[in-house]
Amino acid sequence: MLYREAGQFKTNYFADQAVFPIRQDRIGVAIILLLAFVAIPLYGSNFLLQAVVIPFLIYSLASIGLNLLTGYTGLLSLGTGAFMGVGAYACYKLTSLFPGVNILIWMICSGFVAAAVGVVFGLPSLRIKGFYLAIATLAAQFFLQWCFVRIPWLVNYNVSNAIEVPQRMLGDIVITGPNASLHTRYFTVLIIVVAMTWIASNIVHGRIGRMWMAVRDQDIAAELMGIRLLRTKLLAFAVSSFYCGVAGAMLVFLWYGGAEAETFNINQSFFVLFMVIIGGLGSLLGSYLGAALIFGLPILLRLLPDALGVPMHSATIEHMSFLIVGGLIIIFLIVEPHGLARLWQITKQKLRVWPFPY
Amino acid sequence: MRAPSSPSEIAAGDVLLAAENISLSFGGVKALTGVSFDIRKGEIRAIIGPNGAGKTSMLNVINGFYQADHGTITFKGVRRGKMRPYEAAEFGIARTFQNVALFRGMSTLDNLMAGRTLKMRRSFFWHILRHGPALQEEVEHRRKVEEIIDFLEIPHIRRVPVGRLPYGLQKRVELGRALAMEPELLLLDEPMAGMNLEEKEDMCRYIIDVNNHFGTTIALIEHDMGVVMDLSDRVVVLDYGRKIADGAPNQVKQDQAVIDAYLGVAH
Amino acid sequence: MDLLYKIFLDPFVQMGSAPDLLLQTLWEGLVGGVLYALIALGFVLIFKASGVFNFAQGIMVVFAALTLVGLFALLTRVGVSNAHLAAFAALGLTVVVMLGLAIAVEKLVLRPLVNQPDIILFMATFGLTYVLIGLGELIFGGEPKVMITNELFLPRGAWDLEIFGGFVTFQHIDIAAAIIASLMVAGLAVFFSKTRIGRALRAVADSHKAALSVGISLEQIWVIVWFASGLVALVTGIMWAARSDVSFALQIIALRALPVLILGGFTSIPGAIVGGLIIGVGEKLGEFYWGPLLGGGIESWLAYFIALVFLLFRPQGLFGEKIIERV
Repeated sequence: MLYREAGQFKTNYFADQAVFPIRQDRIGVAIILLLAFVAIPLYGSNFLLQAVVIPFLIYSLASIGLNLLTGYTGLLSLGTGAFMGVGAYACYKLTSLFPGVNILIWMICSGFVAAAVGVVFGLPSLRIKGFYLAIATLAAQFFLQWCFVRIPWLVNYNVSNAIEVPQRMLGDIVITGPNASLHTRYFTVLIIVVAMTWIASNIVHGRIGRMWMAVRDQDIAAELMGIRLLRTKLLAFAVSSFYCGVAGAMLVFLWYGGAEAETFNINQSFFVLFMVIIGGLGSLLGSYLGAALIFGLPILLRLLPDALGVPMHSATIEHMSFLIVGGLIIIFLIVEPHGLARLWQITKQKLRVWPFPY
Repeated sequence: MRAPSSPSEIAAGDVLLAAENISLSFGGVKALTGVSFDIRKGEIRAIIGPNGAGKTSMLNVINGFYQADHGTITFKGVRRGKMRPYEAAEFGIARTFQNVALFRGMSTLDNLMAGRTLKMRRSFFWHILRHGPALQEEVEHRRKVEEIIDFLEIPHIRRVPVGRLPYGLQKRVELGRALAMEPELLLLDEPMAGMNLEEKEDMCRYIIDVNNHFGTTIALIEHDMGVVMDLSDRVVVLDYGRKIADGAPNQVKQDQAVIDAYLGVAH
Repeated sequence: MDLLYKIFLDPFVQMGSAPDLLLQTLWEGLVGGVLYALIALGFVLIFKASGVFNFAQGIMVVFAALTLVGLFALLTRVGVSNAHLAAFAALGLTVVVMLGLAIAVEKLVLRPLVNQPDIILFMATFGLTYVLIGLGELIFGGEPKVMITNELFLPRGAWDLEIFGGFVTFQHIDIAAAIIASLMVAGLAVFFSKTRIGRALRAVADSHKAALSVGISLEQIWVIVWFASGLVALVTGIMWAARSDVSFALQIIALRALPVLILGGFTSIPGAIVGGLIIGVGEKLGEFYWGPLLGGGIESWLAYFIALVFLLFRPQGLFGEKIIERV
């Protein structure tokens, strides 16, 4: 009853081309934003903010980035972790070289550095497709990770060979470093993630998004319609890496507070890929849902034994969570190969016709 | 429309595209051997021949998907050597495919909008904002696309992902996508293959309407002889990669070589 | 100038001046290449028959080796006093476990996902990887273990060849690995070219639907290829673990076998073997002669670069035919 679009007429194409054409959807988005900007910072515990919401938002952004490439353009990448790393190291380098410039500007700029690197590693997509390309992106993963380890210049020759996030201010407010307050970091992450989601949504709903999807669905037909394949694919690599880069910079500067090369290893890439596939390829909402599930699941699994009062060895829990996450991935794929986003669509469709489904 | 290398305007009845002496082979297998023919502006030109005669290869050469080993294509008076498929599209050549090649994950509307890609000029940065000129452009093209949707009588499937549509409708959407490009030359590769009688009649009507209303020149491959004879102004017949006849439908029908190669064989 | 010299001349001067070292490097590259080839082979078998990009091949190697060692420990603990007997009993049981794994994968993963897009099946093998990691660690523990080399009558020790005024060392286990690998490949080749099942497998590789329509059971074929890959994984695991130990780190090393697939093609068994050898040798040569220039450790990505550079010149891979695209 609540979710009905009957009676909502559109009288011009502006209204019909809107991203959320249905009123209830717009209300839903408004409620979520209200929750994120008001309720969570007011009532959320420190644990919730630090260990759940901040990383969830950052990973959502990374999986939006990967989804633009894999879900929308059909190019499978296993190098997400490395591109996130490029963002993090670039941000560190930039803010070390020019400490006077606002850190937020450097976070965005580090996205551009990641985009440039992404384009370079996207070049093989000119000649190879599908899984061959996926393996080629592993080259990016291993090569970049090697760079992070072997080039001490990247970490300002720190003895620890790791990024140590310096303190940076915006006006009087400490944004990064050990003294930054939890809420400052939360709002910074939230604003960046919301803004970039809005931009991603604009991109995929317009000409660029259609070009990407055309290349994904039928590259030959797309080319015969005047879409230049290489340019389109490289653009996808660039935008995707930009998103991953910013996510990586935020991961280190606004969440971890420090990072070494291992932070951006191949497991990080897989982690984000899981989110995209479980959430739903080619869906921005799916990126959020996937991030929530894949990031949230291990946290729940870790909390579960205590909640149930069953004492368990932490190593055992770790192994169990591998087993369960793996099993759940398979089960999810079997139940709904198109991901959580499709489940959500089906639910909406059911709501629409409820209570008379015939 | 952007005019590539400023070709002169061509009046109806003049040669729009001329293929001269086209040869194409794949690792020793000859697909086309010295094929020459022309397409005049405003006409419906049929390319027929038995299976494997090289018809689709010919279309592929015309829109740059295959590079001919020998021979040239002259389009709108511009002679061209090697050409990428997207350049052919920029020149104003659109096509449909023998096996439907739609963007299956996208809705009908998005498929047609994708056909407008070449005509959309706003930069990436406006698209990021989806405001002002970019949105304006989006709506302008939406209007054009809606005209085509009305023309093809498919408004009810506007929002349906094309992968879920029945075959006949998919073919129609594909025609729509090609029309969205506002081409000067429309290549149709077996637009009626696998259709039932009503669907075929519908499709014929659309093809004639496209030709009449928009003045689009059409080259089509078709196996249904009745359709070919009714629709086309001129017919070129290929067999084993060679041209064996060229002319008006009635004339071709009586050609002995054609009867031997094709019509004589009961299908 | 100096840098150019170091890149383009110096390594070759080194090779010329110490041919024994060059020979040693080549040999080690070949042995490493055999192991890469084996991993790639297990992968190709599955891809050919079911179109599944089996990411779990690397962990299957670890899992097989772990099971073998674990079962051996179990058997000795329950009182099988003869070490050789226990080892071979464990080997036999591990083969049974791999068969069980193949059946489980077919029943629980492949069959419910039939007709899904490739990427979904690919992700499912990711899930499988996680399951196998969790299962392996849960049952056998995460710490590295020693392979039961002696108990399986695998030779130890080395054989020194005096040549070019120096010594080249051939580990016996490496020689054994090369021989066993060749035997296994030959066996598989005969199996797939001469038997009824082999013919059915090639039919399935060409087209699932066509194979179904002539009455070939897809389920049966899938169990067979996953079992065959399991066996290949077991042999790979034994050989690899004999040179170091049984640990989950192997799984990451197994990722380095993936460039072999770019090089050799996803569906070509000879491609996997030749590709494996090229990558193995190229990697060792690169690391030994050019690695120091870059600060070492370039093994982690060199294989990928070799494969990519190769691809620029031959996009269809080593043994692939030129692809003609159709519309």
